[in-house]
Amino acid sequence: MTQTDTREPALQTIAVTVNGTRYSREVEPRQLLVYFLREQLGLTGTHVGCDTSQCGACTVLLDGTAVKSCTVLAVQVDGSEIKTIEGFADPSGKLHPIQQAFWEEHGLQCGFCTPGMVVAIDQLLRDNPSPSEAEVRRGLDGNLCRCTGYQNIVKAALSASRKLKGEEPFEKPEAAAEPAAAGVS
Amino acid sequence: MFPAKFAYAAPQSLQEAVGLLEDPDAKVLAGGHSLLPLMKLRLAQPKLLVDIGKIPGLSYIRVEGGQLAIGAMTSYREIQLSQDVHQHAAVLAEAAHEVGDPQVRARGTLAGALAHADPAGDMPAVVLALGGSIKAVGPDGERDIDLDGFFVDMLTTTLQEREIIREVRLNAQQAGQGAAYLKFDQPASHYALTGVCAVVSLSGGSIASTRLGITGVGPKAYRATAAEQALAGKPVDEDAVRAAVQSVADGVDVLGDIHASPEYRAHLARVLARRAVLEAARRAGGG
Repeated sequence: MTQTDTREPALQTIAVTVNGTRYSREVEPRQLLVYFLREQLGLTGTHVGCDTSQCGACTVLLDGTAVKSCTVLAVQVDGSEIKTIEGFADPSGKLHPIQQAFWEEHGLQCGFCTPGMVVAIDQLLRDNPSPSEAEVRRGLDGNLCRCTGYQNIVKAALSASRKLKGEEPFEKPEAAAEPAAAGVS
Repeated sequence: MFPAKFAYAAPQSLQEAVGLLEDPDAKVLAGGHSLLPLMKLRLAQPKLLVDIGKIPGLSYIRVEGGQLAIGAMTSYREIQLSQDVHQHAAVLAEAAHEVGDPQVRARGTLAGALAHADPAGDMPAVVLALGGSIKAVGPDGERDIDLDGFFVDMLTTTLQEREIIREVRLNAQQAGQGAAYLKFDQPASHYALTGVCAVVSLSGGSIASTRLGITGVGPKAYRATAAEQALAGKPVDEDAVRAAVQSVADGVDVLGDIHASPEYRAHLARVLARRAVLEAARRAGGG
């Protein structure tokens, strides 16, 4: 590396399909995928948390596999297919079963980690449709919740597993969704 | 956080990639899960990234001549999911499961980890214990590098400036052999404070031969050859194994940091070596 090096890196044109829509954009080689999604495509559902590949808030599916988009360059995904949290709910607004499970199990407090959690759980349940609680906890190793709301996140993952297998209705019946608080009349 | 500016090239062949490495400020990009974090922290500032991820045919696991042949772009995730790995060197899948987290394992590569040679990486200990070689491509063609001697120092290997790993070849486990990888990790990063991989061959109920790969202890992963020799002929017995592995950290410039002192790391190495040898022997069928 020399101080006098004045080479200005050329912009690169990349073509990607994000949530089913094809985009062609010019990017700086150093542009990270998460910033490409947020700032160039306006898809701000994918969050930047730690920005050091630890917290998982930036998790997206890259060609069907969960990755941390803060540690992938936009140029690396040229020609790839990406799914972000915006691609999970039905266009009609109907939630994805994993999102529905988060809603019902109170799987989020501040919500910052939620998009990454949902995407990571999608990968987890495709790899292992019937995980044990321990397997869910281990499988979410790459996602941090600073509210420490893990208990309900794990419950949501297990509920989503049952929903996806048809063992539990998509929508929990009202009575089951709100159990009466003990000791309150 | 973003890296300093760099130019980017995505060659279509390894030969083309080797040509691009003529630039002394160029760096090879594979999975990017060691290099990109370093670049974001500006601890690495290459002027040109040569991405070998677009080269066709570099992601594979094959069984060839008693060895596993693993392509340069093969990720930890692919290793974990490979039936061939589970059948022929299950300890590699076991150790791959210990690396980072699921998302990191989807991008990070075995070959990249070996080229990076992190002193606390899991893979170096495992490949040293299994034994094998690196096939590296450079300006003068391809050469085989024995894994013994591949790691030179912290973040340093015998790979030359313009050489790129094309394939990692690891010895498949034989009948009567067992292997185990045990580590004590830093709980936030999951990097090994100390990790030990043992591959044990039994004969008539006692230990015939052992290979011990140690990581996290010194500036580079290494084989504990004195302990390997001391284990030969010993019964599969806790006291005998404990005595034989006392030397695993001897003669090593043991690292110390806020997570573990040198004394503690050396202690962990002795404990984990004993446990790994006993577990490997148990898996080999020796109780």
